[in-house]
Amino acid sequence: MIKKFKPACVAAAISLTLLSTAASAAEEQFFPLIDYRVGPYGSNGQAFYGGFIDYLNYVNLKEKGVNGVQMTYEECETEYNNAKGVECYERLKSKAAKSAGPIHTMSTGISYALIDKSAQDKLPLAMMGYGRTDAVDGSVFPYAFPLVTTYQMQASAIIKFLKDKNAGSLAGKKIVYLYHDSAYGKEAIIAMEAEASLNKFQLVQIPVAHPGNEQGSQWTRIRQEKPDFVVFWGWGVMNQTALKTAQKNGYPREQMIGSWWTGSEEDVVPAGDAAKGYMAATWNVAGKQVPVIADIEKVVYGAGKGNLQDKAKIGTILYNRGVSAAVLSVEAIRKGQEKYGKGKALTGEQTRWALENLNINEARLKALGATDLLPEIKTSCDNHEGSGKVKIQQWDGARWVPVSGWIEGNKGLIHPLFQASAKQYAKEKGITPRDCTKEK
Amino acid sequence: MLYREAGQFKTSYAADQQVFPIRQDRIGVVALLVIAFVGIPLFASEYWFSAILIPFLIFALAALGLNVLTGYAGQLSLGSAAFMAVGAYAAYNFQLRVEGIPFLVSFALAGLTAAGVGILFGLPSLRIKGFYLAVATLAAQFFIVWCLTKFPWLSNNSSSGVISTQKLILFGRELNTPVEKYLLVLSIVVVMAMAAKNMVRSSTGRAWMAVRDMDVAASVIGIKLMPTKLLAFAVSSFYCGVAGALYAFAYLGSVEPDGFSLEMSFRILFMIIIGGVGSIMGSFLGAAFILLLPIFLDVALPFIANLLGLPFASATVSHIQITVFGALIMFFLIVEPHGLARLWQIAKEKLRLWPFPH
Repeated sequence: MIKKFKPACVAAAISLTLLSTAASAAEEQFFPLIDYRVGPYGSNGQAFYGGFIDYLNYVNLKEKGVNGVQMTYEECETEYNNAKGVECYERLKSKAAKSAGPIHTMSTGISYALIDKSAQDKLPLAMMGYGRTDAVDGSVFPYAFPLVTTYQMQASAIIKFLKDKNAGSLAGKKIVYLYHDSAYGKEAIIAMEAEASLNKFQLVQIPVAHPGNEQGSQWTRIRQEKPDFVVFWGWGVMNQTALKTAQKNGYPREQMIGSWWTGSEEDVVPAGDAAKGYMAATWNVAGKQVPVIADIEKVVYGAGKGNLQDKAKIGTILYNRGVSAAVLSVEAIRKGQEKYGKGKALTGEQTRWALENLNINEARLKALGATDLLPEIKTSCDNHEGSGKVKIQQWDGARWVPVSGWIEGNKGLIHPLFQASAKQYAKEKGITPRDCTKEK
Repeated sequence: MLYREAGQFKTSYAADQQVFPIRQDRIGVVALLVIAFVGIPLFASEYWFSAILIPFLIFALAALGLNVLTGYAGQLSLGSAAFMAVGAYAAYNFQLRVEGIPFLVSFALAGLTAAGVGILFGLPSLRIKGFYLAVATLAAQFFIVWCLTKFPWLSNNSSSGVISTQKLILFGRELNTPVEKYLLVLSIVVVMAMAAKNMVRSSTGRAWMAVRDMDVAASVIGIKLMPTKLLAFAVSSFYCGVAGALYAFAYLGSVEPDGFSLEMSFRILFMIIIGGVGSIMGSFLGAAFILLLPIFLDVALPFIANLLGLPFASATVSHIQITVFGALIMFFLIVEPHGLARLWQIAKEKLRLWPFPH
């Protein structure tokens, strides 16, 4: 037995030493990946983190890293569990002391648990499309970045889309807000209420208890209310159930608009026929027609270094979303290197600065081959969101088709809400907010 | 050999009734406490404190609470996580709404609040038993989580229902390093574990065990069922409540009602089943097993895979980890259905008879 293993052991040892010598030669940018691939939301995580890792490898293969700095990562499995997320964070923290890219947890709960810790340890926490949304106010949350857009801005953008569809006015209309009764579902209520009083439509809030696989009473109520639209904030199994129940109750799916966590292939395919015509918001389009996605498939999977075991996931909404997260992270590294020295890995503190000074315009997106994978982004100390734009897409029975351009939420209405909430947080925690006018 | 009691004579009732009658045990416990209070803070890293030791102690405390109720008083409960949630939210609200309240006082009040809620949900235990009672306590699990989500006042109108805990200030000093938090949690857990150990040796504990073994017989010999059972619920919920407050304040720093799910209640129940039902020490062993083994496997498996040159994806490692963990649970339950504490007890008995164990 031992004899058989011996060559393998020797080979492993040699390759390990080779790897470590190679590693010490080149600069490395480390990404602590607090991710999940098993558990109730495992399939979502597989697509998202598969996309993320594929893009990091793509950068390594295609252009030998960022100015010669190789992207490296280590994964730690959280199973979408807060306590495990904290354990993973603590485990990866020491490795991230030397160099750290933004941390993406893809979990609101874990993000909440890490907000204070990451600020203390000077590690940047990215929350793309989830998390503590009032972290948009960077004066109170220097290390937290709800990048691209937030639930509240998304709700506002959806209302704007509906308004445009109705010749510029929603006055006297009735909109049902059907939501997952959890932190996630409740985040957007404040924005919906503000929009309702501004646009004078009637808002009916209907919660669905977790996990939401039985929605008979909610849809009976919707049938009685006869709303003009249903804005839908679901998660997991709740999404397909809502679509099927809507069909059963004869509510047209063309009048339903979901949030970005209700608009992936995983949500509509199980609903089958019932999903046709249903719309959802997103900040990234699906499909392989995006040049960088096609190129990843060619370069990374061509070299046999692809992360996904199930290649069919390439080009799905969540895979592309993972790529979009990685594009932003790598662009932040690039930006940081311009300031702190090209060809050098960035510490968490330096990455934080870079995330706060991102400026990715259409031309840059085009150069990256990432047109439509992201809206334009420009962050600053008082705006950690950087965009606030979404697209509306519609499921045609086989794939997601964008039906709008980039729609920006009502920033003047929503951002003051964030500031008020951040101020309250600062008061509770005894934080003195930074003066954003003095930040460079 | 080491464990021989020859020559240890007891000459007074007090000596005969002390918590650890064997000298070696006393030395062992003192040594353990010295290691925990002095040795570990000197050597352990930050990761050990915030990711392993603090959650271990907190869950041990919660398991201890459940063990009082299920192990000693024989009332099966599936609501431990909910009582922890009550403790966490109560401590948060006491800190928020009572100006200048000391932390230890708010933890104690949080425990008392949880005890009150526990008594309320313990009332059905007067009429129903066993599995039926478990279902009744399941109601606590769902009701409390629903209640915390439903009434925004409880989370200070936080838009998402998530609370972010206040700074831990003790005797005018902010506890922000993991070592300080660890020492705080350790002190509370040691004091409460000692209290529990003494409680189960007292007439209260004996009454619980009498009720557990046969409640009709217990009532015949003059034990009042209602106060006994409700006291068990109160004490158990108090422990869970304090554990919940520590979970929020000393461990995570921010909690949401959904975090205190049924799954967490089950984990606490598994801790006492694996550790030993009706044993203080079992609560600690069980918590260690359930919490630490997955982390150990998580770290060890990729290392072993790397050593053997096996190409493991991280998802595969997680799947293997779950499988191995499940297999180990079954192994231990088959080998020793009374839990790890019983294994320790057997080992101890054999050592005492050594070199002629039977």
